[in-house]
Amino acid sequence: MGAFETVIGLEIHVELGTKSKIFCGCSTEFGKKANENTCPVCIGLPGVMPVLNERVVELAVKAGQVLNCKINKINKTDRKNYFYPDLPKAYQISQFDMPVCSVGYLELGEEFQGKKIGITRIHIEEDAGKLIHLEDEDVTLIDYNRAGVPLVEIVTEPDIRSAEEAHDFLKKLRNILVYSEISDCKMEEGSLRCDANISIRKVGSDVLNTKVEIKNMNSFKEVHKALLKEEKRQLELYRYGEEHKIVQETRRWDSGKGRTVTMRTKEDAHDYRYFPEPDLPPMILEEKYIDTIKETIPELPMEKKERFVKDYGLSQKDAEVIIDDKATANFFEKLVSKTKDPKESSNWVITEVLRSLKEYDEIPVSSQQLAELIKEIKSGSISRNAGKKVFDKMCDTDKMPVDLIDDLGLKQISSEDKLEEIVKEILDKNSEAVEDFKSGKGKAFGFLMGQTMKETKGKANPGVVKKILEEKLKKM
Amino acid sequence: MYSVKEIKKGLEEKKFSTVEIVKEYLEKIKKEDKKIKAFITLREDEAIKEAIEVDKKIASGQELRLLEGLPVGLKDNIATKGLKTTCSSKILEDFIPPYDASATVKVREKGGIVIGKLNMDEFAMGSSTENSAFFDTKNPWDLSRVPGGSSGGSAAAVSAGFAPITYGSDTGGSVRIPASFCGVVGLKPTYGLVSRYGLIALASSLDQIGPFGKSVEDCIYGLEGVQGFDKKDSTSKDVKLPDYFEEIKKGIKGLKVGVPEEFFGQGIDKEIKKKIEDNIKILEKLGAHIERFSLPITDTGLSAYYIISSAEASSNLGRYDGVRYGIRAEDYSSFEELIVKSRTEGFGEEVKRRIMLGTYALSSGYYDAYYKKAMIFRKKVEKLFDDAFDKYDVVVSPTLPILPFKLGEKINNPMEMYLSDTFTVNINLAGVPAISVPAGFSKEGLPIGMQFIGDKFSEDILFRFAYALEQELKLDLDPWKEGR
Repeated sequence: MGAFETVIGLEIHVELGTKSKIFCGCSTEFGKKANENTCPVCIGLPGVMPVLNERVVELAVKAGQVLNCKINKINKTDRKNYFYPDLPKAYQISQFDMPVCSVGYLELGEEFQGKKIGITRIHIEEDAGKLIHLEDEDVTLIDYNRAGVPLVEIVTEPDIRSAEEAHDFLKKLRNILVYSEISDCKMEEGSLRCDANISIRKVGSDVLNTKVEIKNMNSFKEVHKALLKEEKRQLELYRYGEEHKIVQETRRWDSGKGRTVTMRTKEDAHDYRYFPEPDLPPMILEEKYIDTIKETIPELPMEKKERFVKDYGLSQKDAEVIIDDKATANFFEKLVSKTKDPKESSNWVITEVLRSLKEYDEIPVSSQQLAELIKEIKSGSISRNAGKKVFDKMCDTDKMPVDLIDDLGLKQISSEDKLEEIVKEILDKNSEAVEDFKSGKGKAFGFLMGQTMKETKGKANPGVVKKILEEKLKKM
Repeated sequence: MYSVKEIKKGLEEKKFSTVEIVKEYLEKIKKEDKKIKAFITLREDEAIKEAIEVDKKIASGQELRLLEGLPVGLKDNIATKGLKTTCSSKILEDFIPPYDASATVKVREKGGIVIGKLNMDEFAMGSSTENSAFFDTKNPWDLSRVPGGSSGGSAAAVSAGFAPITYGSDTGGSVRIPASFCGVVGLKPTYGLVSRYGLIALASSLDQIGPFGKSVEDCIYGLEGVQGFDKKDSTSKDVKLPDYFEEIKKGIKGLKVGVPEEFFGQGIDKEIKKKIEDNIKILEKLGAHIERFSLPITDTGLSAYYIISSAEASSNLGRYDGVRYGIRAEDYSSFEELIVKSRTEGFGEEVKRRIMLGTYALSSGYYDAYYKKAMIFRKKVEKLFDDAFDKYDVVVSPTLPILPFKLGEKINNPMEMYLSDTFTVNINLAGVPAISVPAGFSKEGLPIGMQFIGDKFSEDILFRFAYALEQELKLDLDPWKEGR
């Protein structure tokens, strides 16, 4: 029995960052009161008609461009028909056989040697509403705020070979879409959703075996977990000759139980009865229009990374960490422009700033604050450790480091006179340690340093203390 | 009753007030509509209130707009804000739209006063108005006969003198057929000339709102009241609109008329054939050049039409699921049951038939054999009309191959009912305009209609022909006349 490989393809729905919905003027703002963002058009009252929001086409074309796709100059919308209470018209306006973009690719990161994952197509469509099942009540409510929010569906080729690759693909994809301001890609708000198709085959084979679709994965981590789990399930069936039990079906990821369960089989599959949307004429995109959109694409993550390496002398690894989040990258650049010290700036960003993001939704300090703080440390006004305390404080206040250093009483003691006095006291109190040092025990020096720092509550300038200690011990 | 011009003149010269006019029409409706049953909803109080406002305007010497003070009736599939809009269906029995259709907005903006909503075949599916879930409308010329459909209420109302102008919708003949049966003028405009926003869709790629009038001039007022680009309808076209009243003065001398053999062949009533041929001679006499040609589309066109319109309808009518508005079944234990029961109770037989037909035509495995094939034929129809209009200014035919039939005569035979549409459906497939004009009467005194078909946006030429024929025939179109 030879080795197996996993074949994965992803289908990603991304909400486009438009102010208004795809076919009406309603706001797309998240978190509004139920059904506040609705009108006769998006709740599909009789007689209403859709008018395509041009910004949607623009963003879809842009998505195609950043994912190296072919932009189709002639494309059209189609109706996908099915009954569900969250779908007000009983059809979703989508694109069937003539999507806005086709054949592109996305490159994975260094870890995967920049492997290219093919993009099959990108098409535009409208989102549906949301059902709310009340706890302990036999009632289902419907919120149509999301109905008509514009989406692109991005479909990949079955080029992904592991859960890790899938995870990296999603991270890279999100990064590019956020960078190019196509979507905010907030998975927790549902603005990025991912379904996966997965199958197993013998290495070397190019057949596509029966695939299973997995839905309901609510974070990149869950996608990773669910794929590993499903991969394991299928491998096991192959290993024991039970592969006929792998059937074409849709399985739901149950994150609580950590496993996938059958949702519907092929027999229950809908016949969507696609046909061209008669309420909207086909779209004809002029070359010039496509070019104009291209000009609006900002610097993308990979380009930014290379520039950081080249211009600021960052390591590939550090640069990759910083560019991973657009806001962080922008913050870093602002910081460098103020400190003129890329190395020190990147250290702070990679450690303290990224750490703060685990607690705060956005970077809690201004680049001005952090630049001042770095200045204070470099001038020796406070120690690096004290600087971290100031940083933590800055996360909750607009106050400048100078003021916080005073408030917290962290100003470093650099005066040699003052420190000489303190060191003298320490040496007097710890004659044993001094003897140890003299007898060649290096450790004793550290102990004496520590005692001095302790005495000054960490405010002593360690460089100065060290110098004085060395001088004094030499004389003893 | 009055022509549009008579009302406009009377109001301007203060011979009568708007309130008097509106009341006179409302009185007439209340008195006579018991027999005809054209109206589903009457809008009395609001109409009179609006009339009072128009009178104030007249008193203060303000200029009057195109339809100022004119009573207007709307087919009950044209959305009216705050006024019940039922599509003659049980499922929308109590539906009150929170918005106006763009056509309604235009009528109101031009000063028209909506006096009520008119009966129709349920969701505009039918050719006799017998598919209304509420009641049958009668033909004013013979109360035992159908008014045609689906805009039967709109045609009968104009014929009976209940309103100078009404509007219907035409997906495969639904304006022209009842216009022909009721002896009035009815226009199906070029697809895209009148906004469809707020017209409750039957088949989106075929539907057009069209006006009815007792005369060609009234019909022109009707079209001018609603035509023109609307950004809410992405299929509406921004075109230059001619001055139709100037155009009709030009006559038809030197214009070329194509007479398609297939529209005069087997199955056509002899009296109708004779009348239309007579009228063609009149056109010739008026200086038009007549040429016979072949337009082989009638049979296949009918099939293509029923496949495409039913396919679109099956999708358009999906939204009536009992979830958000309309009637909802009482007992259900799942969403599927809610939807199935609501639709089963809410839709009539013909609607169900077409939903099934359309669903089937779009199903995987059948799509290519039905929907796709129909769409290919549709392209051919377009091309054949294109070619015809390279040669001719208009194409003429009878509006229908048959005379107004008895109530109940065809209702149990859908196939025979569909055959009524043989001469009208292809016009919608091609997206071109056509007008039905009274052509005369049968021996029994039943109206016969003649159809003029034109190239896209050639309504001006259609009006020229219709007006020329009307002026020549000088028919008496009052069904209430003593002895009738």
